[in-house]
Amino acid sequence: MAKTKKFLYVNRKAPYGTIYALESLEVVLIGAAFEQDVALAFVDDGVFQLAKGQNTDGIGVKNFSPTFRALGDYDVQKLFVERESLEERGLSEADLIEVVYEDEDDDWAEKSAIHVVGRAEIADIMADADVVLSF
Amino acid sequence: MSTLHTVNKSPFATQALLSCLNHAKAGDAVLMIEDGVYGGLSGTGMSEIVTEFGKAVTLYILAPDAAARGIGTNRLIDGVEGVDYTGFVELVAKHDRTQSWL
Amino acid sequence: MKIGVLISEGPYTHQAADSAYKFVSAALAAGHEVPRVFFYHDGVNVATRLSLPPQDERHIQQNWTALAKEHEVDLVVCVAAAQRRGLLDEGEANRNGKDANNIAEGFRISGLGQLIEMGIQTDRLVTFGD
Repeated sequence: MAKTKKFLYVNRKAPYGTIYALESLEVVLIGAAFEQDVALAFVDDGVFQLAKGQNTDGIGVKNFSPTFRALGDYDVQKLFVERESLEERGLSEADLIEVVYEDEDDDWAEKSAIHVVGRAEIADIMADADVVLSF
Repeated sequence: MSTLHTVNKSPFATQALLSCLNHAKAGDAVLMIEDGVYGGLSGTGMSEIVTEFGKAVTLYILAPDAAARGIGTNRLIDGVEGVDYTGFVELVAKHDRTQSWL
Repeated sequence: MKIGVLISEGPYTHQAADSAYKFVSAALAAGHEVPRVFFYHDGVNVATRLSLPPQDERHIQQNWTALAKEHEVDLVVCVAAAQRRGLLDEGEANRNGKDANNIAEGFRISGLGQLIEMGIQTDRLVTFGD
């Protein structure tokens, strides 16, 4: 078995106007089964994907934001959200949905998978990935 | 370790180029392809910013895409180097990963 | 070097499938391996064999089919994205009670796992999209 690779999914697009956000999430869900190191980065309009209170009843499109919560169940523990992108859009961490996972190394304590980090750290995470998939 | 970034959007239409340059590390390469080649033009509202970032990263333009859009090499920002598809492949091989700013 | 390619935009509307074709051709000419090209989002539309561009235009699907045949490139179309957009192979059409299929020679429909596998098994992954 080859060594585990670091997969980084970079999300820079808002949901619903185009399908990229939804189909990106579908890749992440499938990819979680491959036992690779998985991280997601939400940058630019990608941060809107995690906004609370999405209600798509009026547009006839499925609201997929609850699916992000399932990521914790798939052991995806690293959703990095760029602080500068949030601030430019008048958002803060309090405006984001909750995504939690159970930490097996800490008596299965529930922890947030969402990590708001600065642009420089996002750049470090990008530079540390083996495979970058952009949506 | 370094990254090849590709940008395929005009900087006058989206923030892809700006976001790319804001995240690129010293020693990385940025290749402008498709409509991204407009980011390599001199004398535009973006030229100064691109030139400034170009001090830390190496800037490339996909020459066939520039030619298709009527952009001669004399219109490019100083230091922006034209490559063909073979050069594109060489850049992919040279850098450890490729990141597309779509 | 092994290079994997992801195409995530449809043909003709966007340049992505053309750029990717030029890139893959150049990579193969330089002696690199391109074991697989994965088509996702509207990129799946490249795989329809019913495309009829004017004769003086490039035929994107036929170009890919020929390239894949000559260099044994695995052209994989994402099943979920394909079903949404009406791209079916014979098996999918039969299973879903559809009266036609439209996948061109050289392309095959499979799951997203093939994209992840490509990321694991290649040295580089290059994305062409929008």
